[in-house]
Amino acid sequence: MTPEPRIAVHTGTAGARARGAADEAATPSLVAIRSLSKYYVRGDQVIPVLVDIDLDVRAGEYIALMGPSGSGKSTLLNLIAGIDKPSSGEIRVAGVDIGKLSDADLALWRAAHVGFIFQFYNLMPVLTAFGNVELPLQLTSLSRGERRERVQTALALVGLSDRATHLPNELSGGQQQRVAIARALITDPTLIVADEPTGDLDRSTAEEILGLVERLNAELGKTVIMVTHDPKAAEKAHRLVHLEKGVLVD
Amino acid sequence: MFFPLLVLRNAFRHKLRTTLTIVGIVVAITAFGLLRTIVDAWYAGANASSSARLVTRSSVSLVFALPLNYAQKIRQVPGVASVAWANWFGGVYLNERNFFAQFAISATNYLDMYPEFLLPDAERKAFLADRVGAIAGRKLAEKYGWKVGDQIPLRGTIYPGTWTFTLRGIYDGAEEGTDTSTFFFHFDYLNEAIKRQYPRRGDQAGVLIEQLRDPEEAAAVSQAIDATFRNSLAETLTETEKAFQLGFVAMSEAILLAIQAVSYVVIVIIMAVMANTMAMTARERYGEYATFKALGFSNGFVAMLIFSESLGIALLGGVLGIALTFPMAEAFASSIGSILAGFKVSEETVAAQMMAALVIGTVAAAIPAWNAARVRIVDGLRAIG
Repeated sequence: MTPEPRIAVHTGTAGARARGAADEAATPSLVAIRSLSKYYVRGDQVIPVLVDIDLDVRAGEYIALMGPSGSGKSTLLNLIAGIDKPSSGEIRVAGVDIGKLSDADLALWRAAHVGFIFQFYNLMPVLTAFGNVELPLQLTSLSRGERRERVQTALALVGLSDRATHLPNELSGGQQQRVAIARALITDPTLIVADEPTGDLDRSTAEEILGLVERLNAELGKTVIMVTHDPKAAEKAHRLVHLEKGVLVD
Repeated sequence: MFFPLLVLRNAFRHKLRTTLTIVGIVVAITAFGLLRTIVDAWYAGANASSSARLVTRSSVSLVFALPLNYAQKIRQVPGVASVAWANWFGGVYLNERNFFAQFAISATNYLDMYPEFLLPDAERKAFLADRVGAIAGRKLAEKYGWKVGDQIPLRGTIYPGTWTFTLRGIYDGAEEGTDTSTFFFHFDYLNEAIKRQYPRRGDQAGVLIEQLRDPEEAAAVSQAIDATFRNSLAETLTETEKAFQLGFVAMSEAILLAIQAVSYVVIVIIMAVMANTMAMTARERYGEYATFKALGFSNGFVAMLIFSESLGIALLGGVLGIALTFPMAEAFASSIGSILAGFKVSEETVAAQMMAALVIGTVAAAIPAWNAARVRIVDGLRAIG
């Protein structure tokens, strides 16, 4: 039985709300956060960023983390994705307490379980679209042929088969983000984390990207946690989680 | 192929910066190699000397000659197999720029004592049979285009007048380091002419050279020879040929030290330049390194990326620098003539150049790699945008 989350949940669309409600009872928590705090120490000053957070995210759920700048939403996302460590509390993802993993184990865990979508795409400028998508597979034991097959499938999924040999600077912002999405899903991760994925894009391109993220969730069943400032982007999510000054609010 | 390709593409991402860095390394490695070769050439004579030979000279200074009759007495010293003698001639061939070493030698036993000078039998016989005959090393003969039978005029500076010799032979070196840029002629020819013009300067030799029966006895024989002439009008100083040669090197030791210091300073400077380049490169890519780490690549991978790039650039510069050292050394050698007889880029110098390139690449990458490996992913990601 999943413990009752001490969070404020704002629903998105009516359909999403209904879907979320129906799934809640049946699906176990993929991400279980308990009493999570994060603070930074600057000299003799302790700066709290996240305070006593409890949150559950079920497998297959699509969550939007919202809040004003400095509210701690990106920090929470980073902690869930295993690229930062909590000051106290526990984060379990698929049963693994990732806060207790060593740096090396955490890196392996991320490679296997997390797909990243960043605001500024974070593609390697010297690698082609193909090379960028293939990047996470370099850590696997797949053969060259298997990797090629997977990359071609992922690029086809995001509609960029014809841009495989292009370098990032030869692609538009939207295309670069689609390459980043292909890279995020190439290892078939448990969880996809997206930090302001449309923050650097115009409205129509942002819609395309959000549509793609929605497909990852709806068609491929990926659990998506997205940080956004954009209410329109947040509408696509099953649940909205609001943060203010490091605290989850109603 | 992924890793080398990534390193290669990263290395040439800023083509101008990388090219200028490589040019800097090429210049530094070439300069390092040339300076080392100059120092090596200075020591070449000493390194090529035999431990089975002693050199006796005036204990006051090389400027003062020794009576030739000392040779008879030295022959009596136990451990001495034979004695030869030689005089520095110091002549000028055509003009002062054509400097090369010239010695008047007691031909028969001198050549016996120096088996490293390879002279064909026929040429040796011709030289020994001709009082105005001379032999020259291959390098010297090639430099001036001399052939056997040519007349070689030398204008004396210590012994006045123009002395014309007939080239009777051209010798080669038994080993790579053997000096083949020296000119030898008969001591008797010089001595007789001197005796006619300046009787008081006759029958004197600049140095006496002893062949030892056993090189192990060098110290004892040296002492015995010097003891023989103690309290005489011309006291002697006997030392091994190597010590004798090193004595010449010691005269310019300060210059050699300065050259060596400069060679290392050049490496340190380029190391600092390269370290700055790598630091700049790494700082610009913190976001990328953070992304690599976020995707699951290890800290070691990021560090290796920087090390490999730095080493790749340094080794490329090193190899080009080494390749450039050879023609530069050749050009330098021909421009200085025969002043440094053994001017040759040695295998040790090439190895030192390669090692210097490796050290440049490694040291330059150390701090950037350490920092990049340690940078927190969240901090690195903040660098993007």
